[in-house]
Amino acid sequence: MPAPIRLRELIRTIRTARTQAEEREMIQKECAAIRSSFREEDNTYRCRNVAKLLYMHMLGYPAHFGQLECLKLIASQKFTDKRIGYLGAMLLLDERQDVHLLMTNCIKNDLNHSTQYVQGVALCTLGCMGSAEMCRDLAGEVEKLLKTSNSYLRKKAALCAVHVIRKVPELMEMFLPATKNLLNEKNHGVLHTSVVLLTEMCERSPDMLAHFRKLVPQLVRILKNLIMSGYSPEHDVSGISDPFLQVRILRLLRILGKGDDDSSEAMNDILAQVATNTETSKNVGNAILYETVLTIMDIKSESGLRVLAINILGRFLLNNDKNIRYVALTSLLKTVQTDHNAVQRHRSTIVDCLKDLDVSIKRRAMELSFALVNGNNVRGMMKELLHFLDMCDPEFKADCASGIFLAAEKYAPSKRWHIDTIMKVLTTAGSYVRDDSVPNLIQLITNSVEMHSYTVQRLYKAVLDDISQQPLVQVASWCMGEYGDLLVSGQCEEEEPIHVTEDEVLDVLEGVLVSNLSSPITRGYALTAIMKLSTRFSSVNRIKRVVSIYGSSIDVELQQRAVEYNALFKKYDHMRSALLERMPIMEKTTTNGPTEILHTNGEAEPSVRDSKHPPNIPQPSSQANDLLDLLGGNDVVPVIQTELPTKPASSGGELLDLLGDLSLSGRMDVKCICFSPFLAIPPMTAYNKNGLKIDFTFERSNSNPNVSVITIHASNLTEVDMADFVFQAAVPKTFQLQLLSPSSNVVPGLNKGTVTQVIKVLNPQKQQLRMRIKLTYTHKGSSVQDLAEVNNFPTQSWQ
Amino acid sequence: MYVLPVPQMRFLLLFSRQGKLRLQKWFTPLVERERKKVVRDMTLMVLGRPPRSCNFLHWKDLKVVYKRYASLYFCCGLDDKDNELLALEVLHRYVELLDKYFGNVCELDIIFNFEKAYFILDEFLMGGEVQETSKVTVAKSIEASDMLQETMEEYMSKPAF
Repeated sequence: MPAPIRLRELIRTIRTARTQAEEREMIQKECAAIRSSFREEDNTYRCRNVAKLLYMHMLGYPAHFGQLECLKLIASQKFTDKRIGYLGAMLLLDERQDVHLLMTNCIKNDLNHSTQYVQGVALCTLGCMGSAEMCRDLAGEVEKLLKTSNSYLRKKAALCAVHVIRKVPELMEMFLPATKNLLNEKNHGVLHTSVVLLTEMCERSPDMLAHFRKLVPQLVRILKNLIMSGYSPEHDVSGISDPFLQVRILRLLRILGKGDDDSSEAMNDILAQVATNTETSKNVGNAILYETVLTIMDIKSESGLRVLAINILGRFLLNNDKNIRYVALTSLLKTVQTDHNAVQRHRSTIVDCLKDLDVSIKRRAMELSFALVNGNNVRGMMKELLHFLDMCDPEFKADCASGIFLAAEKYAPSKRWHIDTIMKVLTTAGSYVRDDSVPNLIQLITNSVEMHSYTVQRLYKAVLDDISQQPLVQVASWCMGEYGDLLVSGQCEEEEPIHVTEDEVLDVLEGVLVSNLSSPITRGYALTAIMKLSTRFSSVNRIKRVVSIYGSSIDVELQQRAVEYNALFKKYDHMRSALLERMPIMEKTTTNGPTEILHTNGEAEPSVRDSKHPPNIPQPSSQANDLLDLLGGNDVVPVIQTELPTKPASSGGELLDLLGDLSLSGRMDVKCICFSPFLAIPPMTAYNKNGLKIDFTFERSNSNPNVSVITIHASNLTEVDMADFVFQAAVPKTFQLQLLSPSSNVVPGLNKGTVTQVIKVLNPQKQQLRMRIKLTYTHKGSSVQDLAEVNNFPTQSWQ
Repeated sequence: MYVLPVPQMRFLLLFSRQGKLRLQKWFTPLVERERKKVVRDMTLMVLGRPPRSCNFLHWKDLKVVYKRYASLYFCCGLDDKDNELLALEVLHRYVELLDKYFGNVCELDIIFNFEKAYFILDEFLMGGEVQETSKVTVAKSIEASDMLQETMEEYMSKPAF
């Protein structure tokens, strides 16, 4: 068989391939030849073949059949073989294969070889890819070599020890004696690797850290010598002596000085010296300064030194080199919490970085800018950030908008400023605003009562120009629906009121409905807004027309809404004003994350006032069933869907969640502030048997004096929960009853919570209220059913 | 990529402007599939950078430092807490060592003598850390090792075991 082709010959050949297929063919051919050569156990050409295999592996082809061959090469006496064998092992083998364990013996032998370069290559391989088992087996050899006087081997052994410690931290102790005189070395290689070893030990073990603190003076001396000593050509980089060693020493000093007053003091001077004397014209000097700054910030340095460090970072910000600017911004971001005032001094430079051309720098500058916003600078900063929002690439806009909202919420100097800022964000980057911003903004607007007319006026003007930005249009639609009456009334304190007619407002909303630019969610908002205006405007007929048109819309969501609203006009007109009345102030929830349980003045306000804010936005379908299922005074009310309302996917869904969590979730204790006063009517116990107690609380509807709103509270005093709880009620013929969805269908035991449900009773003839109730639930495995009459209604509840 | 208690260099890659890998050094254990993914991601990200950008990137929880020398990109992955300015110096030092050895090194040298490029790297770095800060010493070690390699005649006549 002819000699296998040489490595460089193969490389040359493969590079002539013009297509991937041609290359693949050549490689397959060569691999086949190599395979048969391996099978023949050819010692002479094994090295050449493995080298070729490594080349093909780098091109991306499989080479696992060469793994064992690498081991054979390692075992060979020839240095050429060993070199390639170890290289192959590092490239082709990894810890997860058992094969590599076979190397252990070879490495052991080679670590004791008479030639230092063989020892070196063995140390290198062990230090690069030695598994935990190998490290355990060979740690003793490494430790021996750590104590040798041969600096070539000593430095490699030190880094090999680092690897052993990384793999088997328990072995750290055994290297401790060998570290005794490591820093006495003159050889820079050994010094450097020793500092790395010491760093590794100190980072991993507080005991080691305490033990090595005594080295601080020696480290300071070495560093000083490096700085003060004359030119050393061997270690010089652009006029700085051994920057690699300097940086490693600074890092070790950082670890030793952290949290320790004495050590920190001992290194104060040298840090100041390095900080002031290092040449900053080239990257290498700045690398050292950077490490110095990190060290100063981490140890217990005196304040003068800290200010010096921050100022260095400030100077970095003005450096021509992008890398330096980037690094400065990153470091300032890390220190902005602890040294806020010092960083604030560089605020204008940081803000200038927003205009940098480099994407990474812009992002860092944006993050840092947000971190620097406080009550004092919020107006100025917001101006800059809004400008940035306008000019920046789309990839930044969402984050920037969210950041502005957060900052505005925290530091807004006035409500008007807050609303203005939001308006600017919506008009500038309206399409990039996050979905959850819309309900948050709506809540903010609702709660800024005195700004309602101003807000709706500004929003109206904004959507006159542009209805393409969905979040803007959604918020605007909602506001127009809610405050349309203020808009047409021409009252506005904050700015010149504009003259808008009802038809103009409806034109805009209808325009949103029909536009191709509007998303389905936005359309939902618009339709609901139009509906709400039916109680605020006089052009009810126009609204009725729009609503009935959409009753046959292809969009199921719109269709459902339109049908419901139609029903509201036709059958339940008497409820319409109650349902569509003005929203109350919503209690603040956290901006991100789930709705919290809220408390007001520690008073336990009994139940959720479902009645006070009946959904202006349609509830989930169970609600629609409720409306349509109202019976004209039959004895039995049909079973209302008592499944828990899940998070509705509809628009206003987000808003609904705010309400939903208030009214329909399992959370019992949510309170809210309401405009209208609460109880004038005393509560009563309607039922109390077998541990199940049902209380009724009352309120009157604001808009319709014939409607009583009763909330039932079911509580369970037994130890076991009552599941599948269903409450049904029937009233005499002259009354009308509406039962809304319950908060839950499990009444937890031991009075741990209550199930609430709202009943609306229409009593136009003002007759005495009587009710028959039916309760079903499962308790302790069996199903329970009970009927009862409720006759003890207080007179105020029906008069 | 997993979190290590002490920051260290994770990998060093060399690739051409067309995305062809010329050298790969891994300092943490990764399976073949993971390695391939890292190489793919690095090449895509680095080659996709606009010109005159800074030399630092963020990828997952690592810092990536890269620098272009002629037609080759030198790219290394660092821990978030590492000093990226020094990493640039490390990359530069490696290029200088290659240049000294090959004399005006170019990509072709690395292609045809990739094993030498590895040997030089292994005299300069170990486990992601610098093992020798003197250019002269590294050069001398490589020279001596090369001398130890048998000539063709010696190789043929010497017994393997």
